[in-house]
Amino acid sequence: MPVQYRSILEEHKAVRRAAGLFDVSHMGEVDVRGPEAGKFLNHLVTNDVTKLFPGRILYSPMCFPTGGVLDDLLVYMKGENDYFLCINAGNIAKDLAWIREQAAKFAVTITDRCADYALLAVQGPRAAEIVQSLTGAKLGLVKYYHFVEGTVAGVHCLISRTGYTGEDGFELYHAAGDAVALAEAVIAAGAPRGLELAGLGARDSLRLEAGYPLYGHEITQDISPLTAGLGWTVKLDKGADFIGRDALVAEKQNGATHKVVFFKTGDRRIVRAETPVLGDDGAVVGRVVSGTLSPILNEAIGSAWVTTAAAARPLAVDIRGTKLNLHLVKPPFVELKKTS
Amino acid sequence: MSNVPANLRYAKSHEWLKIEGDGTATVGITDYAQSSLGDITYVQLPKVGATLKAGETFGVVESVKAASDLYAPVAGTVIAINASLDSAPESLNTAPYDAAWMLKLQLANPADAAALLDAEAYTKLLG
Repeated sequence: MPVQYRSILEEHKAVRRAAGLFDVSHMGEVDVRGPEAGKFLNHLVTNDVTKLFPGRILYSPMCFPTGGVLDDLLVYMKGENDYFLCINAGNIAKDLAWIREQAAKFAVTITDRCADYALLAVQGPRAAEIVQSLTGAKLGLVKYYHFVEGTVAGVHCLISRTGYTGEDGFELYHAAGDAVALAEAVIAAGAPRGLELAGLGARDSLRLEAGYPLYGHEITQDISPLTAGLGWTVKLDKGADFIGRDALVAEKQNGATHKVVFFKTGDRRIVRAETPVLGDDGAVVGRVVSGTLSPILNEAIGSAWVTTAAAARPLAVDIRGTKLNLHLVKPPFVELKKTS
Repeated sequence: MSNVPANLRYAKSHEWLKIEGDGTATVGITDYAQSSLGDITYVQLPKVGATLKAGETFGVVESVKAASDLYAPVAGTVIAINASLDSAPESLNTAPYDAAWMLKLQLANPADAAALLDAEAYTKLLG
C-alpha cells in the first residue's frame, strides 16, 4: 500500500464525500479454533468475548501482564468454537508468538492465515451502495461490527461492516489470488460513484480525525488502554481473569499518571509525533503521539500523551519558535455518519 | 518527469531563481520539490526587508509528510513575499513556477546567479 496514489488530502476528502478503496492486505489474519477457543480469547484480550455471537465482531486491546498494549485487534466469531482475528501488520510475528505461548494451556488451535488472505476496505458514505451493486448478500441486514460470508463480484468474501475511517464501509477478506479481480470490480463499480484509490497517508489522517488509536502511537507497550481513553474496551468485571487485569485494576484504583488527549490548534502548522508538550509553566509534561492536518477542518489535529495533572491545565507546543496552544477535543473531530 | 523551465537557475536544494534584469530576482521551489513533498499545507516566509546570505534558511515549507527548510539560492534583501501562500499553500503543488512564487529579492550581487545550476545541469541532478 503506497502512502498516496494522487494526493493525501484529496484521497481523504473523497472518502468523506463518496468512497475510497484501500488495499490493507498487509493486515494479519489468525484462525483460533477448538473447544476452548472462546474461553482462551476471553483470557487473551481485555474486552468481553462472551458478548459475541456468530456474525458479530469485537474490537479489543490485547495486553501484557503490565497492562501495556501488545496490539489491538478485531475478533470475529464465525461459530461456537471458531474465531478469526485481524491483527496489525507490524505486530504479526510478535502477536503470533505471544498468542501461541498463551494458548498452550487451552484446547485451542492457532493457525497463521496471513499469507492466505488479501483485504480490501471500501469506505465512505457511498461504500454500501458500491459493494451492494456487486453482491447478492443483503447488506442492509449487516449492521456495524457485524459480518456475513458471501460472494462479491464472484469472489468469496468475509464481508465485514467495519473500517478505520469513521465512515460507513466494508472490509472484504478474500483469497489472496482473487485480490486483483475484486479490486478491479470495486473500482469499476465505484469510480462512477466517486470512489478513489486511497493510500496509507489518507488512512492515517482519516483514523486520527475519527479519534481511533494507532498501535505504536496512542497505544503502546507503555500506554495502557485505560491511559489511552479506551476504558470501554477493558471489561474488568467480565467474570474471567485476563492478561493484564491486575495491572489495569491497580491503574484504575490508583489513577493513571498519564492520559492520552486529542487536540486541535486553529493553525495549519502540523504538530508532529514526538513534539514535546508544554504545561502552563513551560515545563515538558508529555509528547505528541500523532499529528496531522485535518483536511476537513483545515487545521492541525493530533493526540498527545501527557501527565494527568497537566491535562487539566492549558497545554502548548513550540513549533519552530511559535507557541501554539492545544485546544483539547473529545473526538471525533468531524461529524461521522457510521451506521449503527 | 519533473518540469524544469529553461529560463530559470536552480539551487541543489531545489529552489529556483528567475533573474528579472533590474537587479531583482524571484525565488520559489521546483516542480520536483513540490512533487517530493506531496500535499503542501503550510509555508513560512521571511519579512520584507530581511537580508539573506546565500544558502541561509529563509523559511519552511510543510507538507502532510514532512517539514523542510527553504534556502536562499543567492544573497539579497527581501523586497516582496507572496502572501497568497499563507491561505493557499496548496498552489505550490499546481503552480510552483508562477502563481506560487515565494520571494522577490534585491540581489546583493547580480553576478552570483551564475554560480547556480542551469536547467540542463539541474535536470541531470534529478537523474
